[in-house]
Amino acid sequence: MFTSWVVFIALVVVLVLFIAGFYNRLVALRNRVDNAWSQIDVQLKRRYDLIPNLVETVKGYAAHEKDVFEKVTEARSRAVAAGGVAEQAAAENQLTQTLRSLFAVVENYPELKANQNFLLLQEELSGTESKIAYARQFYNDSVLKYHTAIQSFPGNIFAGMFGFGERQYFEAEPESRGPVKVEF
Amino acid sequence: MYEEIGRNRRASWLLIAGFIVFIVFLGYVFGELTYLGYGGMVIALIIALSMTFTSYFYGDRIVLSMSGARAAEKTEFPYLYNTVEGLSIAAGLPMPKLYVIDNAAPNAFATGRDPEHAAIAVTTGLLDKMDRLELEGVIAHEMSHVADYDIRVATLAAVLVGTVVLLSGWLRRSFFWGGARRSRGRQGLGPILVVIGLLVAVLAPIAAQMLRLALSRRREYLADAQGAMLTRYPPGLAGALRKLAAEQGTLAVNEATAHLYIVSPLKAGDVAERTSTLFSTHPAIEERIKRLDEMSLGEAPGPSPLGT
Repeated sequence: MFTSWVVFIALVVVLVLFIAGFYNRLVALRNRVDNAWSQIDVQLKRRYDLIPNLVETVKGYAAHEKDVFEKVTEARSRAVAAGGVAEQAAAENQLTQTLRSLFAVVENYPELKANQNFLLLQEELSGTESKIAYARQFYNDSVLKYHTAIQSFPGNIFAGMFGFGERQYFEAEPESRGPVKVEF
Repeated sequence: MYEEIGRNRRASWLLIAGFIVFIVFLGYVFGELTYLGYGGMVIALIIALSMTFTSYFYGDRIVLSMSGARAAEKTEFPYLYNTVEGLSIAAGLPMPKLYVIDNAAPNAFATGRDPEHAAIAVTTGLLDKMDRLELEGVIAHEMSHVADYDIRVATLAAVLVGTVVLLSGWLRRSFFWGGARRSRGRQGLGPILVVIGLLVAVLAPIAAQMLRLALSRRREYLADAQGAMLTRYPPGLAGALRKLAAEQGTLAVNEATAHLYIVSPLKAGDVAERTSTLFSTHPAIEERIKRLDEMSLGEAPGPSPLGT
């Protein structure tokens, strides 16, 4: 009688420890997804801050290219206002494209391409863009790992019990896989 | 990756344990040969412990100063900073400290004891000769060393093996002037011990060197593969290795730190360094490029093995 009680209690303790361990693992994975998202956010903000400076610098040399500036500024404010993973991703892709047309315009102004300030901004921007790409990659990796944990057995049971929901992937535009490059 | 970290932790402990045992044994033999007696052992233990402590906590600084590296400022090298920051984000690791070595020969290494205390050093030649994708490949290779704790083993090995070589040399010399004084010395274990001690003093540095080299060769392939997965672009690192292979420049480095670099910084004409042998710190570059090219062909950039 006594031994069977001991065995029973031991089993319960092991089970509780196992569930606790699993729960903690899921929390850690979910926190990493959230942290990875905030990493993207930091870099996106950095990019928003750089764009007005860039537009001002280019304006000094190519004031009449109004169209492009307006598009960039507009795309930027839309991206700043965007909320949610999918909407943000779409707005960012839009912004990347308008920036490309801005840099295409720069092609026609050799003095601008020699401007020290412009070169510095350009380096900062392309550096930030590749950081965004890497942050996105890390975010998607984290989401993948988190999903694997909450979708496979026995994680799916705990996930349902404790309310671990799925997260969205940050979809990149098809042609910009790998580090985003500002082309010249 | 977890297995890799576990393996490196064990390797670090083994390295430290082997080092302490070896130094204490040397001290014992030294004590027997001179008038120090057991004092030799005590002194050796103190030396061994303080050396271990130093190499664990200050090994990165020792290695960096040996290589002539200086801290890189963000204002001076924005390009390098942006690249490393991007890859540390991709690997989910803290930003390592950055150093540059003023030398035209392209090369790079990573050191430190864990990802929170890591440093990456690159030569100015590397920054000049690589384009962004190639530089990313090189930095990703170094970040993989950081993520896997290779840096801890490699840095410990650099300092401890250097010490073993140095002390064995002293002991060998001490046999000449110590041996005569002891010839009338005590009976018993004495003579046998002297023979064993002499053998150890001769063989240990060779064994230690081979251990240091073997430790690093396998890691290079692994860091190449992981680095390529981190950038999702194997041709970047492959291109960088091609350029590194074409450059014949050498760095003024201490041989004890040669295994840390992405390609061997020792004289390129050295046969041992051009081919994969027991005595080379790195696998042949051609073989590394071949493996990366195979990765690019079967391109299916799945989830990164890093950040598990």
